Parts: sequence; C-alpha cells; structure tokens
Amino acid sequence: MTVNLESKSPAGPIADKWDNYKANLKLVNPNNKRKFKVLIVGSGLAGASAAATMAELGYDVEVFTFHDSPRRAHSIAAQGGINAAKNYRGDGDSIYRLFYDTIKGGDFRSREANVYRLAQVSVNIIDQMVAQGVPFAREYGGLLDTRSFGGAQLQRTFYARGQTGQQLLLGAYQQLARQIGLGGVKLWNRVEMLDVVTVDGRAAGIVTRDLVTGEIRSHAGHAVVLATGGYGNVFFLSTNAMACNVTAAWRAHRKGAAFANPCYTQIHPTCIPQADDTQSKLTLMSESLRNDGRVWVPSAVGDERAAAQIPEGERDYYLERLYPSFGNLAPRDISSRAAKRAVDSGRGVGPLKNGVYLDFSDAINRLGKEVVKERYGNLFDMYERITGENPYDVPMRIYPASHYTMGGLWVDYELMTTVPGLYSAGEANFSDHGANRLGASALMQGLADGYFVLPYTIGNYLAPMLNQPIPGTDHPAFKAAEEEAGARFSRYLDNKGSRSPDWFHRELGKIIWTHCGMERTAEGLQTALSELPALYEEFQSDLKVTGDGQSINQTLEKAGRVDDFFQLGMLMCRDALERNESCGGHFRAEYQDEEGEAQRDDDNFAHVAAWEWTGDPMNAVRHQEELQYEVIHLAKRSYK
Amino acid sequence: MSHLENLTLTIWRQSGPDDAGHFERYRIESISDEASFLEMLDVLNERLIDEGKEAIVFDHDCREGICGTCSLMIDGQAHGPQRGTATCQLHMRKFKSGDEIIVEPWRATAFPIIKDLMVDRSPLDRIVEAGGFITAPTGGAPDANIIPVPKPVADAAMDAAECIGCGACVAACPNGAANLFTAAKVSHLNLLPQGQPERWSRVEAMVETMDEYFGSCTNHGECEAACPKSISIDVIALMHRDYRKAKFKNRKLISQI
Repeated sequence: MTVNLESKSPAGPIADKWDNYKANLKLVNPNNKRKFKVLIVGSGLAGASAAATMAELGYDVEVFTFHDSPRRAHSIAAQGGINAAKNYRGDGDSIYRLFYDTIKGGDFRSREANVYRLAQVSVNIIDQMVAQGVPFAREYGGLLDTRSFGGAQLQRTFYARGQTGQQLLLGAYQQLARQIGLGGVKLWNRVEMLDVVTVDGRAAGIVTRDLVTGEIRSHAGHAVVLATGGYGNVFFLSTNAMACNVTAAWRAHRKGAAFANPCYTQIHPTCIPQADDTQSKLTLMSESLRNDGRVWVPSAVGDERAAAQIPEGERDYYLERLYPSFGNLAPRDISSRAAKRAVDSGRGVGPLKNGVYLDFSDAINRLGKEVVKERYGNLFDMYERITGENPYDVPMRIYPASHYTMGGLWVDYELMTTVPGLYSAGEANFSDHGANRLGASALMQGLADGYFVLPYTIGNYLAPMLNQPIPGTDHPAFKAAEEEAGARFSRYLDNKGSRSPDWFHRELGKIIWTHCGMERTAEGLQTALSELPALYEEFQSDLKVTGDGQSINQTLEKAGRVDDFFQLGMLMCRDALERNESCGGHFRAEYQDEEGEAQRDDDNFAHVAAWEWTGDPMNAVRHQEELQYEVIHLAKRSYK
Repeated sequence: MSHLENLTLTIWRQSGPDDAGHFERYRIESISDEASFLEMLDVLNERLIDEGKEAIVFDHDCREGICGTCSLMIDGQAHGPQRGTATCQLHMRKFKSGDEIIVEPWRATAFPIIKDLMVDRSPLDRIVEAGGFITAPTGGAPDANIIPVPKPVADAAMDAAECIGCGACVAACPNGAANLFTAAKVSHLNLLPQGQPERWSRVEAMVETMDEYFGSCTNHGECEAACPKSISIDVIALMHRDYRKAKFKNRKLISQI
C-alpha cells in the first residue's frame, strides 16, 4: 500500500496561506449541509467545539463520548492558560512571534503552514470564548489579564484562575449542549469507539460499544472526526485521567491511518512526585507556578536537612543557573531533564528523594501571601490535599511526569488523516507541536482545530459527495468490524488467566517509562523491544477479566485499552529507536552536546515519521514527510 | 509514610437498575496513608479480580477534583468528610486504623443507579441544554476586550462557574434538589455582560427543566456543605430573584393574567 503524505499546504506567502485556502475551498450550500452526517468521537475542546460549530452550520452531527457527560472530557483538567497573539499587553507580541515561538518550542519539527494558521486563529479563540461567557481573569479596569508561560518572553497567556481548561471546556460544552437541546447534535454517552470502518478506502463510519449494555453497534456517516486525545497513559503513571486511552486513534491506524511521531511525548516538569506503590496517577501542578516559584535542590548530595534549614548559599537554583534568560520558565522538556539530572545526582528531596523543590517563599515575601493565594490558591489547596503539606510554609516538591503526547494520527493541512474522510483534531493528531509543546498551547490547538479549522476543511471534502449514496451499516465492512470487535471482547472475558488488565498496564508502563521516557538510548529501546512482545504475549494468554459483557464492566473496558497500549508502546519504541537524534521531548542520550543539551540532526531527521500498519507493530513501515522550512531558519534551540 | 490497619468497608453492591442491591463488607488489612480513597478501592478491586470476583463499579476519571466524574457517599456524606474536596482528592490520612467506612452511591431519585456505586446523572445535562449557555455561534464574536467586565463581576461569575457538575449537591439534599447546580450556572452566565441578552429566558428554561427532574429547595444548606468547590448558596438567591423577575418580564405571561 502506498501512503500519501502530501501535506496540502496551500501556495503563497505564509501569512496568506490560510486565506488562500479559504478562498479556494469548495462550499456546501446551507440547505444541503443537513444531508451530510458527521460522526465526531470525543467531546473535549476539539470534539465539542467542532460538533457545536458544524451543527450550527447545519450539518447532521453525532457525538460519541465514553463519559457520562461530554463535560467530563480531560481538557477540563488543564490548569494554566491559553496562548493567543492578542498583544493586549503591548509587549511585542504578534502572530509571527507566536508562530515562531511554537516552532522553536517544538524544536523545529512541525509543519510551518499549520503552525502559522494556529497562531492566526488564536486571536479568534479568545474573542469566541469571551463571547460565550468564559470568565477569564481580568484587570481592575475590566480588560483581560494575561501572564507569562514557559518558552515565551512575553505575557500572552489568558487564564481563568488555575482552571482555564475547565472554563474553556465548559464553554465549548455549553455550545454543544445548546445544539443537543436544539436537536442539531445527537449525543451518544457512555459509548466507546472500537473501530473505524472503511469502504473503498474512505471512512464510512465507526463501530462502538455501549459501556452500559455491552451492545456493539455500527454508525455510518459521510465523515468521521477523531478528537480522542493523547496516549500518555501508555506510561501507566501520567497526569492523564484514568480513562484516557489510545484505542480510537490506534484502531484508525490499524485501518490505514498513518501514525506520526509516536516517540514525541511530553514529560511535564511540575507534577507531584509518586508517593507510594498504590499510586494510580500523577497530578500536575500548573506550569504557571513557575512564574513565581523558584526551582532548587540542595547543592550537596545527601543533604537531609529540611528546606528551611538549608541556607541560601547551599541551594542550587539550577534552572536560573543554567538558563539565565528564561530561568524558571525554561521550556518543559528542558526543565524536566534538568530535574531528572538533579535527582539522579543524588540531590532529590522528599521522603523518597524523588523530587525537587518549587519554592514560593521569595514570592510570598515580595508580593504577600494574599497575592500568591489569589494567583495560585486552588493549586496550593490541591497540593495540600494530595501531600498533606502546606506549600505556604514548606516548598512544594515536584517531579516530571508524562503529560501530553505530541505524536498522533498524521494529518494534512485540512486535518485529514491518510484515510479520506477520516479527520483527527486536538491532541489526537500530531500536527502543531513538533517534538515539544509549549505550555498553554494545547487548549489553543484543540479550540483552533474544532472552531476554526475543521468546520471549513470538512466542507471541502463533503461538497463533491452531495446526493451520492454512502455505504449503510448493513454493508459487509460494518458487519465484519462488528464481529471482530465482539470477538475481541469475548476473548478478554473467556481468557481465564491470572492477571488483571491493571497489572499488565503497570508492567507495560514500567518498561516504557524506563526505556522510552525522559531519556532514551538505542540499547534501552532494544531492551524494551524485546521485553514488550514477550509481555504482550503473556497479556494475551494470562489476562483475567471478571464479570460479564452485558452490563457495565470497567475491567473489561480496561482490557481493550491496555491491549491497544501494548501495540502502541511497541511502535513508540521503534520510532524512538529510528530517530537517531535528540529533539524536544525525544532525548536520545547518544545525541547531546557537551553541555547535555539535545542535539538535532537536521540533515537526516528534519521530517515527520509516519508509520504504516502492516499487521504487527514490530513490523510497521516508516514513511517520511519532509518538513519544508520556507520562513524559519533552523537554529539550535537556546534558552540560555 | 505510614499505614492504616484493619479498615472495614461496607459497600453498596447492585448488579443493575432492577436489582434490589445489598451491602457487602470488605476488610482492608493495611493501606498507605498516602493512598487516595479511590486508590484504596483500586487495591480492593485488584484483590477481588484475583479472587475471581467482579470488581466494584464506581465512576471516576481525572482524580484531580475537576472533571466531576467521581461520586460516593462516604459515611453518609457526599464526597466524604473533608470539606471542599471531591472523593478523588480525599486521602486515607483523613481516616484512622480500625475505621469502619460505609460507601454508597449518590442517593437521589433523579439519579438512578446503573450498577454498584455508579449512577446516571444525565438530568444535569438536560438543565444545561435547556438554557445554560450564551448563544454565540462561531465566527461572529467581537474583540474580546470590547466589553470590559469589572473584576468583581468576573470574579463572582468565576466563583459560580467553578461548579464541576458532580451532583453532590443533589445527593446531599434531603429533597434531592439541584438548585445549587442550576443556580451556579445561572449565576455564572447571568452576572456577565455577555449573558444579558438571554438572561430572563435562560433562568426560566433552566429552572423549569430542573423542576421536571428534581425536588424542591427548602434552604437546608446541605448542598453548600457538600460542594467540593464550596460554591455558596448565595447563587440560589440570585437564581430565585432572576426567576421571579423573569416571570414579571415575560410579556406573554402578563397578557394571560
């Protein structure tokens, strides 16, 4: 099979590409839009905003979520903020600068045209969300407040306390709810997508499983949008919500959608360190805390004193020392590795010596406790609930954890995957963040894709299909997919092994974290690639799922998700092994300069790796989309 | 890190909506005080699977207190004993060795049980669908700074908007009323200048949809005490005020009198 990786970036100067595209796209008459059924999987920022907008335009939209309500999607957990090139501060921001910062932050591994468009529509997002009633933080004069975030030297991040993701998601959810109430959107809740169905090479619909009744069912549509989030839970311990999974994206991959850059995963520097073995997930402390918190460890190895007992001169504020111009606001990948090195050097803090301090005492002295409370109160409360320590009195302890995945389904400029009619939006696609995402850019991308990109590009695909019949759910391809999905879930139940899905997930996570986490080596990846198939085989023979398939069974749901994580994990390690360079979140220990910074290889790796499914993730075929830099000069990323 | 020993959990098991349901007792020999309450249930579930039994079904997702998926009546209190804290953020250090803990699902007629500790909260979505939004189709929004919003107004709207939609207010209410949930959304949108054009139709539609599913508020205040975001019942007063005003302002209604 050939995989077409034509990016479809429009012609013209970078600033005109999106306008040129819109000027030439095919339109669907408002009265004809209702003849097109669009199936949207996922109800996070990208899915909810796309569904609301397309329903408003008149398309016949169905939305699928495995949650009880669309408002639960994991976008809700984003804390810090959303970037936009509004330049309300007059501090020198512009669309170009946001574009440049995003490309640079991504270590020059993203597609210029997509990122420029993202920066362009960022401005519209803020307008849209304010009109919808998102209560962003404001100045006393009533205008919007902004703050700074990692990887940028200006204040372009809009926020709503430490709950920006929540407020934006509720905004998008409310638009979606309005459409549900009006009958423009049909919602399927507690329903999980298990497969994509293709007929004659085009997306024809999906197969789902009702989590409450176990019913497996087909849905046909003119186009399918996967807005199903990232795969960070492959690590088991991550900041993702418990149910986040790769199944939708992975099943699409198995049906022909190329999977791009799976090794680009982001390890977030400021999470609460693991406390014990029962830990089920890790909790993020917003990066915005680094605006006022100072990161440090004791200068001496094995310093057992409490933080307050360690005099200023015996502390190592290592981010400020190593990256004086960005200091505590160095980008995520860089800050994470620096923390790992501090802990690996034996200078870790906390009962398990597995963290570094994030200290607010200077900020409290400078600004007063009230101001600090106003800015970060809810985060401080959350920290105290989890750790039992009060961060107003003792410094927070933080450590990096898996947080976001830049890799995902390959999409072109129109956000279409390599399967015609199958789109991917938000974290589920690979499009905008290159090898590392900057803080406050995930919310921006999700909403850009859903509100301002997909509603345009999808019409371009649908217009020529007007009044043409599409395959119904009685098509043999749907029946085959239903049977395959049903058989898979019966297999999990009938297996009668001895280990739970969670046990396998934990073991899988250990392998991936050890060998394909913050730092990777060829040797480690090869070890992982020999351990993973063996563990996967054990999973297939020794899995134990109790309960039945006709009522809600969370153990069974988990089995399906872990199965797909295994396959993805193998592809991740292969991708990491093939990419013989360090860039952004992908740090190969063999490729670093004398100061320990990532060393890219632009001659050989300035491309997107897009993997083609062949029936076995260990034998997936790697294809390349060369990245064309028309505007930006490839440069060594420096935050010093 | 230390451990709690000898906990007894009395947990509601119900195989489906039509099953009568019953309590089952489980013993936890030892659990780290760093574990969250839900992590303790994870440990118990792993043991049940090991023993060939069906795991206890409970709703949960983000485990950061923001998605609103988790529920649980713990010793008769919605989200358990710690104030302003969702079940997923409750940690075992709040309990002590030898404790007997009773775990039940949300108790409310409007929230039928799906299985074990999982309930159906979709009537909350119906309320939002009826009017919990500002009609602002994508594309036509004016510049975000064109309407200044006084900081105290934005802050008050945000206080109300923090609601995570978990339904604890309903579960805690002796009447099974959803006034705190509904009023939080009404207040969030009705306080903002952007919410004014639909202010009266919104409150009417939301309150009347709420009344279709939920009981009536009699000012017990249990909702505020149970709310994991500590949303003040002041929002209910605002909702009532706006609802009354809306009824007066509704010309059609006046002409019928």
